[in-house]
Amino acid sequence: MYKILKAEKLADKIYLMDVEAPRVAKHCEPGQFVIVKMDEKGERIPLTICDYDREAGTITIVFQEIGASTMKMSKMIAGDYFRDFIGPLGRPSDFVEEDLETLKNKKMLFVAGGVGAAPVYPQVKWLKEHGVEVDVIVGSKTKDMLILEKKMNEVAGNYYPCTDDGTYGHAGMVTTKIEKLVEEGNKYDVCIAIGPMIMMKFTCLLTKKLEIPTIVSMNPIMVDGTGMCGACRVIVGGEVKFACVDGPEFDGHLVDFDNAMKRQQMYRTEEGRAILKVQEGDTHHGGCGNCGGDN
Amino acid sequence: MADVLKRIPVREQDAKERATNFEEVCYGYNKEEAMEEAARCLNCKNAKCIEGCPVSINIPGFISQVKEGNIEEAYKVIGESSALPAICGRVCPQESQCECKCIRGIKGDPVSIGKLERFVADYALENDIKPVKAEKTNGHKVAVIGSGPSGLTCAGDLAKLGYEVTVFEALHELGGVLVYGIPEFRLPKHKVVKKEIEKVKELGVKFETNVVIGKSTTIDQLMEEEDFEAVFIGSGAGLPMFMGIPGETANGVFSANEYLTRSNLMKAFDDSYDTPIVAGKKVAVVGGGNVAMDAARTALRLGAEVHIVYRRSEAELPARVEEVHHAKEEGVIFDLLTNPKEILVDDNGWVKGMKVIKMELGEPDASGRRRPVEVPGSEYEIELDTVIMSLGTSPNPLIASTTKGLETNRRKCIVAEEENGQTSKAAVFAGGDAVTGAATVILAMGAGKAGAKGIHELLSK
Ligand SMILES: Cc1cc2nc3c(=O)[nH]c(=O)nc-3n(C[C@H](O)[C@H](O)[C@H](O)COP(=O)(O)OP(=O)(O)OC[C@H]3O[C@@H](n4cnc5c(N)ncnc54)[C@H](O)[C@@H]3O)c2cc1C
Ligand SMILES: Cc1cc2nc3c(=O)[nH]c(=O)nc-3n(C[C@H](O)[C@H](O)[C@H](O)COP(=O)(O)OP(=O)(O)OC[C@H]3O[C@@H](n4cnc5c(N)ncnc54)[C@H](O)[C@@H]3O)c2cc1C
Ligand code: SF4
Ligand code: FES
Repeated sequence: MYKILKAEKLADKIYLMDVEAPRVAKHCEPGQFVIVKMDEKGERIPLTICDYDREAGTITIVFQEIGASTMKMSKMIAGDYFRDFIGPLGRPSDFVEEDLETLKNKKMLFVAGGVGAAPVYPQVKWLKEHGVEVDVIVGSKTKDMLILEKKMNEVAGNYYPCTDDGTYGHAGMVTTKIEKLVEEGNKYDVCIAIGPMIMMKFTCLLTKKLEIPTIVSMNPIMVDGTGMCGACRVIVGGEVKFACVDGPEFDGHLVDFDNAMKRQQMYRTEEGRAILKVQEGDTHHGGCGNCGGDN
Repeated sequence: MADVLKRIPVREQDAKERATNFEEVCYGYNKEEAMEEAARCLNCKNAKCIEGCPVSINIPGFISQVKEGNIEEAYKVIGESSALPAICGRVCPQESQCECKCIRGIKGDPVSIGKLERFVADYALENDIKPVKAEKTNGHKVAVIGSGPSGLTCAGDLAKLGYEVTVFEALHELGGVLVYGIPEFRLPKHKVVKKEIEKVKELGVKFETNVVIGKSTTIDQLMEEEDFEAVFIGSGAGLPMFMGIPGETANGVFSANEYLTRSNLMKAFDDSYDTPIVAGKKVAVVGGGNVAMDAARTALRLGAEVHIVYRRSEAELPARVEEVHHAKEEGVIFDLLTNPKEILVDDNGWVKGMKVIKMELGEPDASGRRRPVEVPGSEYEIELDTVIMSLGTSPNPLIASTTKGLETNRRKCIVAEEENGQTSKAAVFAGGDAVTGAATVILAMGAGKAGAKGIHELLSK
C-alpha cells in the first residue's frame, strides 16, 4: 500500500498528488513513469513522474480527469492509499546520460501541451540543477487551465505561456509560438515535446520543416508497463517498438502518429460505458433503450 | 467392479455450459473415486512413472497412501518433492511425463497420476494442512526474482532450510504465468493458486510485489546495498513475439499475453473490474500451443466465434492433448495447415480480416518435424474483427541488460548450469523459462529446486 501524502487540485480536472514510494523515489530519473492501481478492482494506469524527493521517499504525479479511472482517482484525498504503485518504468530521457559540457552548449526548447507541463517539469528542473538553462513553451486552452506556472518559471530560462483563446500569454497554439521564436532568430538544436498526441504530431510536422531534431514522449495504452504484452506498441521509423521499455521517448520525426492516435481510441466504447457506470452508479440500468445494458 | 484396464473417469462441467463461463472445467475426483483409481496402481518396485516425473515424486508411495484413505500422509509424500501439487496436478502434461511411463498404460489406461495428485493437494488445501517449517533461521539472506513456479519453489526449499528469503515480483499479484497466463477455467486463482502461495508464505518467505528488478532496483544493488548473499533469477520468458506482417499494429490485434493478462490478471471478463477487453465477434488465434488454446477458449467464453490458425497439421499441435480436446468440445474451430500473410484493416484502423495461405508438410527440419511449405496460389481472405498472436515468447532482456557480468545466449536466455543453476556471475543463480525459454511449470519447479540446492551449497560452505 502506498500512502497519498498530499492531494491538490491544480486546475479544472487537473490534480497533483505526492505519494510515498521509497523504492521508486530512490532510483527514478526524468522521463520515467509509474503505473498506479487504485484498488483491488482497479486498472493499471501509466502516469509520468513529475517530481521526486529521494530523501523523503516521495513521488509527485499530476493527472487529468479524462475517464472512469482518473475520475475515481480525483476523489482520493491525503491519507488514502494506492493499492499498487510500480516504477520507475521506461527509459530516462537521453540527456541524463549525455556529457554535461555538450549539453551546456546545446540550445534546447521544451514544448508542453496541457497536462504535459507536468512531465516536462522534472526534465527542465534536472537540467537547471545541472547548470543548463532551456526555453519552455507551455500551451493550454485557457488561462485557468495553465498549471505549475510558478514552479516552471523558477527552473526555465525563458518561459512562454500560450493560450488558445488568448486569455493569457501568447495567443494561439504552441506551434505558432515555436514559429515565432524561430522567426525572431532563435536557433534550437533540439526540441522536446510532451502533450496530447495531436499536439506532438503537429509540433513534429513543424519542426521537421524547421529542421529541429525533436523528441516526443508517447502515451499509448499500457497494461503491464514492463514489456510483457505489447499493448503499448508504436511504429517508429517503420519498426515496431514497445513504448514502455523502448521509450516512452522517441525521435518524433520517425513516429507514426496516425497509427498511434487510432490505437489510443481502441477502448472508446468501453471507456464511455465505464464513465456512465461511475456517473450514474446503480441507476445506470435505467433502460435508455440505446446501449443495450452494461453487460 | 470396474474394469481395471480403464481409469476412473473424472467429472467435468458440460461443454455447452462451460463455454459460457470461467468456472473450472474439470471437477476432479472425490475421495471414493480417488481410492478406487489408486487401487489400480501396481505399486511397482522399479516404478517407471517416477523416472517420467521431472521432480521425481515418489508416485507409488503417495498412491498407496491414497488407496488406504490416508490422504494427509499422501500429501506429506508429495511434499518431499513438490511445492505446488495442486497446480502441477492440473497443468502438467502427464501424458508425456509420468503417465506415459506407467506400466498400466501398456495394456490399458495408465493410472491417473495427475488427477490423484490434484485430489491429494486439494484435500490439503481444503483441510488447511500446513507444510513443515524450518525450526530456526540460519541468518543468511537470499533474494528471489519472480514469483512464478521456479521462484516459488526455490524460495520454499530455501525457507525450509532456514534461509531468510525475499521474493521480488514486478506485477501486483504473485504467481507468474499461473496468475496472468493460465486461465481461471483451468487453474482457479483464489481457490488454488493463492492458497498454494499462502503455504509458501507460511514457511516464512517474504514477498514484495511491484518491484521491477532492473528498474526499481538492480541485482547488484540488492547485493551491495541490501545485504543479499545470493540471488535466484526466475523471471520467466514473458516477451511476446509478433509475425512482422502488414497490419499487425491495427486495432483489434493483440498478443496472447495482453489478451490473457487483461482477462486473467485484471479480470476484464468480470464487469465489476475496471480493465476493459475487446471481446470480438469473430476471432482468429494464430498459433497452436497451450497459450493459443487458452487465448482461444477465453475469447470463446467472451462470446466470439473462434478459429485457431496453425501452419502445421493436428499431429504437430504443441498444446496438451487434453486442452485441444476441450477446445474442440467447446466449439473452437481449427483452421490447420493455414498461415497468415497479411492483416486487413478498415478505414478506422480496425481489423476487418486476414489474408491467409494454405500450407502442406514437406521434408522434416532440424527438429525432426515436417516443415510446412506454402501451396502456391492458394491465398484467400477470411473476415474477422480480432486477431490474437500466439507465436511464443522469449525472456525479457531487462535483467540481463542491467546486471554486470551476467551471460546470455543467442536466444536472450540466461546461461546457467543445469544441476545447480549457477550463472556466469558469482552468487547469482537462475532457472525456469528465463534459462530454457518457454517450457513447463514442472520443469521450472525442477530448476527452482536445483537453484536452491546450488545456493545452499554455496552459503553453507
Ligand atoms: C507513459 C505514459 C505517461 C502518462 N503520463 C500521464 C500524466 O503524467 N498525466 C496524465 O494525466 N496522463 C498521463 N498519461 C495518460 C493516462 O495514462 C491516461 O489519461 C489514463 O490512463 C486514462 O485513464 P481513464 O480510465 O481515466 O480513462 P479512460 O479514457 O476510461 O481509459 C480507458 C483506457 O484507455 C487508456 N487510455 C485512455 N486515454 C489514454 C491516454 N491519453 N494515454 C494512454 N492511455 C490512455 C487507459 O489506460 C485505459 O486502459 C500517460 C500515459 C502514458 C502511456
Ligand atoms: C498461457 C500459458 C499457458 C501455459 N500452460 C501450461 C500448461 O498447461 N502446463 C505447463 O506445464 N506449462 C504451461 N505453460 C508454461 C508455464 O506456465 C511456464 O513454463 C512456467 O510458468 C515458467 O515458470 P517460471 O517460474 O520460469 O516463470 P514465470 O511463470 O513466467 O514467472 C516469472 C515471474 O517473474 C516476474 N518477473 C519478470 N521479470 C521481472 C523483473 N525484472 N523483476 C521482478 N519480477 C520479474 C514475472 O512478472 C513473473 O511473475 C503455459 C504458459 C502460458 C503463458
Ligand atoms: S508405473 Fe503406474 S502402476 Fe507402476 S507404480 Fe507408477 S503409477 Fe503405479
Ligand atoms: S505495456 Fe505491456 S508491453 Fe508495454
